[in-house]
Amino acid sequence: MTSEIIIQAIVTGLMMGLIYALIAAGLSLIFGLMEIVNFAHGEHLMLSMFSSFWLWSLFGLDPLFSIPITILLLAFCGIVTHYFLIRYILKAKMLIQICATFGLSIFIRSIAQLLWTPDFRNVDKPLLEGRIEIGSVFIGQPQLYASLVCLVAFFGLYWFVTKTETGLALQATAQDRHAAEILGIPSNKMFAIGWAIGLGCVGVAGGMMANYFFIFTDVGINFALFAFVAVALGGFGSIIGCLYAGIIIGLVESLGGLLIDPSFKLLYVFAIYLLVVIYKPQGLFGRY
Amino acid sequence: MDNKLEIAKSEPIWNTNNRVISIIAGLVILLFALPLFGMNSFYLHLFIMIFMHAVMAQSWNVIAGFSGQISLGHGAFFGIGAYATSFFYMEYGITPWISIFFGMFVSGIFAVLIGIPMLRLSGHYFAIATLLIGISFQVVFQRWDLVGAASGLWVTMTPEDSWSALQFHSSKAPYYYVFLIFFLITFFLVWLLSRSKLGYRLRAVRDDPQAALSLCINVSNYKIIAYVISAMIMAPMGSLFAQYILIIDPDRVFNIEISIIVLLITVLGGIGNVWGPIIGAAILVPISEYSRIYLGGTGGAVDLIFYGLILMIICIFRPNGLISFIPKDILERKKQR
Repeated sequence: MTSEIIIQAIVTGLMMGLIYALIAAGLSLIFGLMEIVNFAHGEHLMLSMFSSFWLWSLFGLDPLFSIPITILLLAFCGIVTHYFLIRYILKAKMLIQICATFGLSIFIRSIAQLLWTPDFRNVDKPLLEGRIEIGSVFIGQPQLYASLVCLVAFFGLYWFVTKTETGLALQATAQDRHAAEILGIPSNKMFAIGWAIGLGCVGVAGGMMANYFFIFTDVGINFALFAFVAVALGGFGSIIGCLYAGIIIGLVESLGGLLIDPSFKLLYVFAIYLLVVIYKPQGLFGRY
Repeated sequence: MDNKLEIAKSEPIWNTNNRVISIIAGLVILLFALPLFGMNSFYLHLFIMIFMHAVMAQSWNVIAGFSGQISLGHGAFFGIGAYATSFFYMEYGITPWISIFFGMFVSGIFAVLIGIPMLRLSGHYFAIATLLIGISFQVVFQRWDLVGAASGLWVTMTPEDSWSALQFHSSKAPYYYVFLIFFLITFFLVWLLSRSKLGYRLRAVRDDPQAALSLCINVSNYKIIAYVISAMIMAPMGSLFAQYILIIDPDRVFNIEISIIVLLITVLGGIGNVWGPIIGAAILVPISEYSRIYLGGTGGAVDLIFYGLILMIICIFRPNGLISFIPKDILERKKQR
């Protein structure tokens, strides 16, 4: 085991971690806003990858250029989710909220399985291809650009939430939705915006991953699990925490896979989750 | 206050003059008599599946409905039960009747191990952790060579029907009775639990943990107790299922679908209600079996689409499940005035 392999693993983990961070940020935003965990997050990621795939295979649009369309589609999907499902369960018990989004995840996944069959697909010859060699470390170009785009999108999201007026309104709604309503911030609209942005993030991540990842109907499960862990690790509702948590998870996954056994990488991430929630239940940057 | 306590204490546990009791007794006798009418093996299978799923859902009901903690990986205990009986029978020739209890014991141990760290936390953490646990078990068993890794265990077949090995090849009727008896015992015990002190404490923990704590109820301990009970109800169903189909593999017994369906049945029937899982199972299992006959086999998960849709609709319109259509005074003892 040479140091090059370890550096390679660290780079790979870092690139993966940035993607996890963006997916988790969407989840965290939604949770922070209305305290609902979107258990269909992985399925939304799957939808975004499929949207990218179909735009490529039907219209010949490269995944790189179809990203805006994917983001809009996913944002629309978020608004639809809010309008038809989440709106009704805002005041319900937590148990019902979990069951409802879990039901949504089953529904989306099995509809996708029915429509598109569980076959593995991939985008053939995308614009982003090949790899860069730095010293003895190989970096896949699509992976590199995906992680960079995710990083940019992440900071875009952060800027949006902390600096713009709508972002501040979102934060106000997250802190106290009744007080925000008194100040003239319609919470229902804010929730819809939150869902649109949260799933828009997933759209970015999915669109970029479509360049190099296999696209199949169960693809979201693992990413969603890691996103849940990242959200718990970073602290429920904290967006910047997701960045650190995503990177930690990416590193644990790739280094654990390298040093111990790649087939159990879910378990290492799970161990991290256990350690964090036992010793620091509010997460690294949590409000609770 | 004292007066009400006296009244509550003087109420009989058995209300013999209640119509409901006689209806239930009639139904039980009917269920015992059903195979005598020469049902074909499909209907026997249907009833077996209904009993099995009702018990599995009841297990989930204990942790989620009574104590309010949502487990999304309950399939893990099902798988442990299935592997325990099959493994001990194949390796050491231990009869399933004994290794069912092994499975329960191991499930209980795991529930304690998982529950101690996780159940101190609020609901979302536990739900996510159990989701991870359910998948972790599948991952581990897929790679564990001792128990056959991904190809699973093929239970050694006995040449003849055998009660000691719990294998019946000529007819499904014995399986029917075994499942029926487990079903009745489980529901009776859970019914007792639901009206025992423990049951009331669990519901207090669910409804208001702070208030429960102020009444000296150790919230996290009670959650763990509920989780252990729930795991120990789930495991025997896995054991019996393994004996029923005689071949188990990680993709089948640790499938996330098991965790989904127990949740769905309970929420559909009525969460937190002892009778909810029966209603849910009696509706969903036939839908699932028939849709598999007429629509399945094509790789399209049509029944799962229905499940997801039903789950969302129930959550929106009837959070208390179908049982909330039945007037409350029929289900509960008449108040003594």
